[in-house]
Amino acid sequence: MHYWPKATLHVVTGKGGTGKTTVAAALAIALAKDGHRAILMEVEGRQGIAQLFDTPPLPYEERKIAVAPGGGEVWALAIDTEDALLDYLEMFYKLRRAGSALKKMGAVDFATTIAPGLRDVLLTGKACEVVKRKEKKQDNAYDYVILDAPPTGRITRFLNVNGEVSGLAKVGPIKTHADSVMNVIASEQTAIHVVTLLEEMPVQETLDGVNELAAAGLPVGGIFVNMTRPPQLDSQQRAMAIAGELPKSEIESEISQSGLTPTTQLIAALITEASDHAERVELEETELERLISRGLPIFVLPLLPGGIDLGALYELAAIMSDSGIGGE
Amino acid sequence: MALDIDAILTNPDKHIIVCTGSGGVGKTTTAAALGLRAAELGRNVCVLTIDPARRLAQAMGLTELDNTPRPVAGISNGSLSAMMLDMKRTFDEVVESHSDPERAEKILSNPFYQALSSSFAGTQEYMAMEKLGQLRADASQWDLIIVDTPPSRNALDFLDAPARLGSFLDGRLIRIITAPARGAGRGIGRLAALGFGIFTNVLSKLLGAQVLADVGNFVADIDTTFGGFRERADATYALLKDSGTEFIVVATPERDALREAAYFVERLNQDSMPLGGLILNRVQEVPETGLTQDQLLAAAQKLTAEGSGPLTAALLELHAQRMEIKERQKHLSARFTAAHPNVAVQPIPAMPQDVHDLAGLREIGAALANQEINW
Repeated sequence: MHYWPKATLHVVTGKGGTGKTTVAAALAIALAKDGHRAILMEVEGRQGIAQLFDTPPLPYEERKIAVAPGGGEVWALAIDTEDALLDYLEMFYKLRRAGSALKKMGAVDFATTIAPGLRDVLLTGKACEVVKRKEKKQDNAYDYVILDAPPTGRITRFLNVNGEVSGLAKVGPIKTHADSVMNVIASEQTAIHVVTLLEEMPVQETLDGVNELAAAGLPVGGIFVNMTRPPQLDSQQRAMAIAGELPKSEIESEISQSGLTPTTQLIAALITEASDHAERVELEETELERLISRGLPIFVLPLLPGGIDLGALYELAAIMSDSGIGGE
Repeated sequence: MALDIDAILTNPDKHIIVCTGSGGVGKTTTAAALGLRAAELGRNVCVLTIDPARRLAQAMGLTELDNTPRPVAGISNGSLSAMMLDMKRTFDEVVESHSDPERAEKILSNPFYQALSSSFAGTQEYMAMEKLGQLRADASQWDLIIVDTPPSRNALDFLDAPARLGSFLDGRLIRIITAPARGAGRGIGRLAALGFGIFTNVLSKLLGAQVLADVGNFVADIDTTFGGFRERADATYALLKDSGTEFIVVATPERDALREAAYFVERLNQDSMPLGGLILNRVQEVPETGLTQDQLLAAAQKLTAEGSGPLTAALLELHAQRMEIKERQKHLSARFTAAHPNVAVQPIPAMPQDVHDLAGLREIGAALANQEINW
């Protein structure tokens, strides 16, 4: 199965603390697999990508930061609003030098503060410029653009740039720019993914966010359920654990069989942990059901006990590949 | 170092507690639990939340976002009120209370004001501070205000955004740009004047002349009504530096959350602001069994290889997994403590369920004050 066959732009959002940047990075590796070029972009000036890939802070410049299995390449770019505005001024008005002067005066900051929508148009505009290189068959084109976007609470406003600039400009270059951005974002060329944990609050926020995106006519891609703990017990065992009916004597003799000493301490610890785990898994399953009923593709990623490092990104990317993401 | 939260909550000289930290670490829930505990320890508390999850709001009996503290029922001893910040409403009230009705009407209907009061970066932080100042001024009703901070890009925004927005609104640029006739060139030199010429030109191309006109009207209307925005922001900032304030930093044992917490702690130190301690939410608890992960996994493997005892093998693996998670968390937490040895840390075990009622909040409150948590 191949998901979102026409999507070049993959936007990744999610509530704070859900691992949005990690998922975006792993997705970039998965998409770059087998000889593709993918670029991972961040827009919030956090340098989260550099930290994940253990590289020095990213400048406003496309840099290769990793390779993917099968000869793929992962590039990265930290989009800076000021530089994006200078790009824009250059593109439409050939004003780069004046632009630099404006930057020194704090004018760029001023313009984006006075009109917050402008900032979003510039950021999404830069991502769309990179997306369009593919159509134009430019040398510096990428097969996939992965955008580590603002969190779920702000994502619809961030992407729906037409709505944002409507108060600013009804005609003129900004409007044209916003329209061309919308042509990419509200089309099959884009897939917006939401990262969540299997907990009540993030799931609720995910469902709200998905509905909001859909209502704005923006293409939702998939839901990435992050940091799940794979159930160690089957459903029957879980039911017994929750009811406090795990067979103590059986566990005791099996512990002896395993070569350990079946102290009361150990047995009590195992039983407590089992019921805690079972309770959590049951809750997670309820939350997963709520997500499934929304009818979107769902990708489940495990909590990696060792934490997130470069190796972990490849592990998560491999899980995505196995679930049918990327590849031809 | 352990954190004695009850000593802070019952200290009559403490009037403001600010809960801060990165998004998704349980700040709002912590603020609510602290509020409830303080109230039941006899304080008259108001909890100012920014964007509570529906369930949490329901747990405190809040059904609507109406920008006014509402008493929470079922509290013994002291009292608890809770409110959700409506930033636009708060801003509107500031305007209304500082202008005559006619001028207020003019400002409120200005498109630039509408954007400023609903979608500007920093407005939420500014209004949270504003509201905090208002609540504090009403000292007859509350002797302790607990503030939850907005879900900003970074935790420092709570401290910096109001002053930033204030400076911007009071700033030279906004005045020059909105009153070009009033003498953009005067006193700033010919070269700069030329620069401003280009600047205005580019801005009206980018934003449209109407936007600049709206900004100009806003500045003119607001000027005559109240003093500087920056001044107001500075006044609340001073309140935060007061010894009656205590900051509580909230994090989870994850790298990013602890990094944000560290930034914040360093900043508080730098500005000599009072830091109560760090609350470390969602730590993995593991009962002590005296066994190592390797021993557990080897035992589980032996059972699996012999094809016997699948249940016990699974339980042993589960125990080993939890030990690994706890070890990583402890490692991250130890790194934080190594860099900030004077910060008291209170670990809060992960709860299997979200909070649904006051009983749940009370349970968290008890964990916050439990000095015996063995982690």
